[in-house]
Amino acid sequence: MNFLLSSEQHEMQRAVERYLDESLDTVALHKLFDDESEHFGHDAKLWSGLAELGVFGINLPEEHGGLGLEMIDLALIAETLGSRAAPVPFIGHVLATLAIAWAGSDAQRTRWLPALLDGSVIAAAGFTANEGGQNAMSWTVPGAPHAQLFVLGLQGGEVALVERDAHGVSVASRASTDRTRRLGIVTLDKAPLEPLPGAAAHADRLRDAALILLAADAFGGATRCHEMAVAYAKEREQFGQPIGKFQAVKHQLADMVVAVEPARGLHWYAAHAFDHRERDEAAHMAALAKAHLSDLYVSTARRCVEIHGGMGYTWELDVHIFLRRAMFDHAWMGSPVYHRARAAALAGW
Amino acid sequence: MDLSYSEEHQRFRAEVQAFLKANWTPGSTKPTPDEITAFRRKAIEAGYLYRGIPREYGGSEQAPDVLKGQIVREAFARAKAPGELSGVGISMVVPTLLERGTPEQKARFIPPTMSGEVIWAQGYSEPGAGSDLASLRTRAELVDGEWIINGQKTWSSLAHKARYMFVLCRTEPDAPKHKGISYLLIDVKQPGVTVRPMKQITGESEFCEVFFDNARTPANWIVGARGDGWAVSKTTLGHERAGFMGNAEASVSLFDKLVDLARRSTYLGQPALQHPLIRERLAILQGTVLAARYSGYRQLSMMSHGENPGIAPMLNKITASNIAAEIAAIARDLMGDALLLAPDPASGPVGSERWTGQFFGSLGMAIAGGTSNIQRNLIAERGLGLPRDNAGANE
Repeated sequence: MNFLLSSEQHEMQRAVERYLDESLDTVALHKLFDDESEHFGHDAKLWSGLAELGVFGINLPEEHGGLGLEMIDLALIAETLGSRAAPVPFIGHVLATLAIAWAGSDAQRTRWLPALLDGSVIAAAGFTANEGGQNAMSWTVPGAPHAQLFVLGLQGGEVALVERDAHGVSVASRASTDRTRRLGIVTLDKAPLEPLPGAAAHADRLRDAALILLAADAFGGATRCHEMAVAYAKEREQFGQPIGKFQAVKHQLADMVVAVEPARGLHWYAAHAFDHRERDEAAHMAALAKAHLSDLYVSTARRCVEIHGGMGYTWELDVHIFLRRAMFDHAWMGSPVYHRARAAALAGW
Repeated sequence: MDLSYSEEHQRFRAEVQAFLKANWTPGSTKPTPDEITAFRRKAIEAGYLYRGIPREYGGSEQAPDVLKGQIVREAFARAKAPGELSGVGISMVVPTLLERGTPEQKARFIPPTMSGEVIWAQGYSEPGAGSDLASLRTRAELVDGEWIINGQKTWSSLAHKARYMFVLCRTEPDAPKHKGISYLLIDVKQPGVTVRPMKQITGESEFCEVFFDNARTPANWIVGARGDGWAVSKTTLGHERAGFMGNAEASVSLFDKLVDLARRSTYLGQPALQHPLIRERLAILQGTVLAARYSGYRQLSMMSHGENPGIAPMLNKITASNIAAEIAAIARDLMGDALLLAPDPASGPVGSERWTGQFFGSLGMAIAGGTSNIQRNLIAERGLGLPRDNAGANE
């Protein structure tokens, strides 16, 4: 019985942390966050450095060019990216990569996986089409402004590959709440679709992978919000003393850590269950983890803003960047209410 | 991460299960006290109970292994077999004496406490010293080879049934407040001690006020040195707050009972477990309950690998209190009119009104052994390193 990370897992997490701390200071983060150029806040160098660490294929088998590790290893990367609010199209890219690896034909794998794993092609995923399209079909896709390849969910449970350069494909960038994960509207008008043959068999696993990665990102972000709030309470002085000496502030910070710290086991266990438990239990845990942690992230980020007072309400501080990521983690792939309803059914209630 | 048990631990679990199968039949007839005592003796001989306590004092003296301890607790709970006795004697006095007691104190007090023959009560809080315990005023003076004790203690659970008390007394009135306290053992059955049970919010009387009017205790019934009682009491508070797994697993099993209550209740004219509001509230709570469980696993794993679990253990008590309060809130809504019924003291609770007891008990949890607000101070100051204030965590 060992509910601990291995030394390799710690090392991998630390390597990504180190990389982000070296290449993404707060000035760089804000610059990308504010970027209005045609790059839409994407830093190609930051992205390729991440690819070099081998994180995109961490849980793919070695014969597909991956590291042969597990969902927990991928989730730990998501946790670290979340803790630094990394403005990279990671989640859609790895979900698209997993979709092709799990559900793609040999030809599709051979064609796309090498470029996806080394990051030279960026992919994005949109599982549910927007409603109300007339002749054309459209999806709201995080990371779409940077992507060359899309994995899109069709009606009837099919999933298809679409290349951005193909005829009939248009991508319009959208103003995004979370500017570290910019949205685009992908619209297809008689565009060539290439279905993934195994999609139906892997749809549940893909959804659960998305939920686990969002939960992991949320835990990383919530932890960082709590750390920022504690640091600020130690440093900011009012009434002649650090505000962290006031019991009201102390108790808020204590309640935050009571909520955040024990919750790390939820996405760890959900990720563990993904590879080691029956599908129903894994699906239940993924739903519960996404619901619990994305709610927790929003509430922790809000409290973090409050502790920072007026400064917390400015564009200048990092705090709102995390709050906005929390809103993304909360809303994308289904709300906590939706996933709790699913979890209740999966629990056999 | 590997949630399976090692071969050694699997073998150990099989042994424990075989032992239980051979020695404990959860039959339809209620076991007699003698049968229970005999079973416990066998379980101690086999090395399953009181694993950290030397054999000479009635323990089974096993090498420390938190996982084995957990395996035993789980297997015994599943077989509904009698485990270790509860109470402050076992959980607080014995560990404190083992660490700080003299050989005479150990020999005299530990064996009868272990056997359940002797019940202890705690003498810490006073009417004027609750959360600010170190301002306590009950005083003890050494006169002719005896301590003479005067003052008043309160919230002393089971003092009316206890033979002895462990009492924090001010023995060095001129020393700073934390440095003037000593830890004395006192015989409750003497003329200078008056015990008055207090009726609690539940209507039952478990805790008591205790008055000392020239009560006496021998000079050598002091644990630790004069003026060192505050530090000695911290050994015991630590023991009281341990049990991270116990807390989390108790929360899990209470949550399961709540789901059973929902299964047999009606909510707004619909089977409660099918009502979306109840399902949502249960699922929110299940997130917290399972987080506590995995945090317990992680703490257990860290301790069994010699790692420091950091801030996590400091969060266990308030987490369990928060969960109990939310369970009470949901149960209250499920009970409907049963909330109007007080459990009948003669027959005990027969239906859903048993949850009225859990409703009150959940409040007790948030107060006993350090209120939730004191927990928040400890977490903020010791765990998060925020600056101390007057009401903060004591030395």
